[in-house]
Amino acid sequence: MTTDSRSEKRLEQLREKAWQEGVVPGRGVDVVGGPIPRKPGYYGQPVVKPPVWTWEVPLYFFFGGIGGMSAVIALSGVLFHHIDLARMAMWIAAIAGAVLSPILLIMDLGRPHLFLNMLRVFKHRSAMSMGAWILTAFGTSAVAGLITLELHARQIFPGTLDQPVRLAVGIFIFAAAIFGTLLATYTGVLIGATAIPAWFLHRTFLPIHFGTAGLGSAAGVLELLGHRIAALNFLGFYAAAVETALLIWLSVDRHGAADRAIHQHGSGWLIRSGEILNGPLALVLRFFGFIPWAAISFLAGALVSRIGWIVVGKVSGADPEAVFASQR
Amino acid sequence: MIGEGIKSTNQRKHSYVQDHVEVGFFTDPSVCIGCKACEVACKEWNQVPDDGFIWSGNSYDNTGHLGASTWRHVMFLEQDRQKGNQITGPMGLPTDSQSDLSAVAAAKAEDPFRWVFLSDVCKHCGEAGCLEACPTGSIVRTEVGSVLVQNDVCNGCGYCVVSCPFGVIDRRPSPLPDAGGAFKCTFCYDRQKSGLVPACAKVCPTESIVFGRLDDLRARANERVQHLKQNGYGDAQVYDPTETSVCGIHAFFLILGEPEAYGLPPKPQIPTIYLKSAWTAAFATAIASIIATLVGFAFFS
Repeated sequence: MTTDSRSEKRLEQLREKAWQEGVVPGRGVDVVGGPIPRKPGYYGQPVVKPPVWTWEVPLYFFFGGIGGMSAVIALSGVLFHHIDLARMAMWIAAIAGAVLSPILLIMDLGRPHLFLNMLRVFKHRSAMSMGAWILTAFGTSAVAGLITLELHARQIFPGTLDQPVRLAVGIFIFAAAIFGTLLATYTGVLIGATAIPAWFLHRTFLPIHFGTAGLGSAAGVLELLGHRIAALNFLGFYAAAVETALLIWLSVDRHGAADRAIHQHGSGWLIRSGEILNGPLALVLRFFGFIPWAAISFLAGALVSRIGWIVVGKVSGADPEAVFASQR
Repeated sequence: MIGEGIKSTNQRKHSYVQDHVEVGFFTDPSVCIGCKACEVACKEWNQVPDDGFIWSGNSYDNTGHLGASTWRHVMFLEQDRQKGNQITGPMGLPTDSQSDLSAVAAAKAEDPFRWVFLSDVCKHCGEAGCLEACPTGSIVRTEVGSVLVQNDVCNGCGYCVVSCPFGVIDRRPSPLPDAGGAFKCTFCYDRQKSGLVPACAKVCPTESIVFGRLDDLRARANERVQHLKQNGYGDAQVYDPTETSVCGIHAFFLILGEPEAYGLPPKPQIPTIYLKSAWTAAFATAIASIIATLVGFAFFS
């Protein structure tokens, strides 16, 4: 038997209390009229396991959203002859989606050196497996798209030799845009298709929220980097308006005890402040022309609400009443 | 079962793995004495590390819950319910005034109390959430229908942890040995391959844990419930969610009372049933984002 000072202290504490008051302060006897209050379920123990994920995961959701949706903006930039904007967007897509996202995802693994095992199998019924493949496909096409776009923009191959480069730019950036939208939205599926009540009850909300937050964040980053054009302003309006509608949806679509982590405690405040920052506040700031402030507000909201959703998962997973309520 | 001696399936050698026979555990709290021999045998055979020694204050349960380093967990429920044809009355020895039978009869049902022990374990679901969620293919279904984590393949992504509807599997924290990987009951697959019975069932002194063919055990469980009901255990039932998307479990239980009191979900669902609506929302958002961006660039530049 190991002597653990924490457990010895706990035992001493129990003995001391029992000696003085004749009542043990733990959870103890679960009898009507007994000295200790009843807890839901089995001594209040969690029924499902709360997520083990740490700070890397919400940050990955944030950067994956920016990177993925930047590729969509880059595709539109190429199509409508905003080459400088497209180059900047592809740099963001490559750095956020192909460098930062994989690093964060690998850091979160319990055994980072085995990260390549993710690509052993392709399982369409596992959102984590699909995500690993989407991230791989996005990273490859974003880096290839960036390289070919730079080759084209700097006119490395002059004259007719530039034709195949232009074709490659089109193919790679189109692929990056398609995989980018999936990278920004699959994270909602990832946490929506789990046993955590507050998550699976909002499984249609989450992909819409994460994807739209990614689009608004990508537009916001480009605006902050100096691309103040009407198209990005439109995207800022669109994203903030959708997020405002989502805030209303979340306030109306309540499931009582089953999703109370979203509406109560610190986790509820994280969700609420995140949604207000990237919803109504960003919308109002943009309406009055404070574009950089609107972009900053949206980015802050997108990050805070991502952190909020992971915290909600931890609170909801540890709450046995929430699990029972979601199944009754 | 009790009384079967060496003929009991808990003692016989078998060839279920070679014959691809679906096996299971039937755990019966009505004969469990709470000795925790199953917990000890499991830890010893599987070399599961010591994960702390904390006094919980929850009856005699200092194990807490199933996890990466706890694959059997004996629950201790103290309930104000009648146990079988238990005669209830005021606690303590009868005094002179209470000694006549009428006083005892009057006090009957005043103070019912029962202590229920149940050895919890991985349920080895018919449709397993952890198995479907695993992105490395580390979690597999064996020949006997159990769900097995291949420790050397697992990279510790933690997705199985949130996909288990019973909160069984968990990622082992450092500094324990093999930290970072996901662990749970293996159904003693190594023992079964050699024709041996899982360690917990082998060691169970009252055969509260019975190992055997799944169809045999299901029949046996129903028989046992009928027997208990005839003997005053009105709230005895089999806990085996066959009608939900989990499609039945290989390690099922007889429980007294509601599943909630044991921390068991009343209607567990495999999370893959949520995929369709979630992916639909994701694809719709993906298309909407592309259209919004194209519209923005087409009309505002």
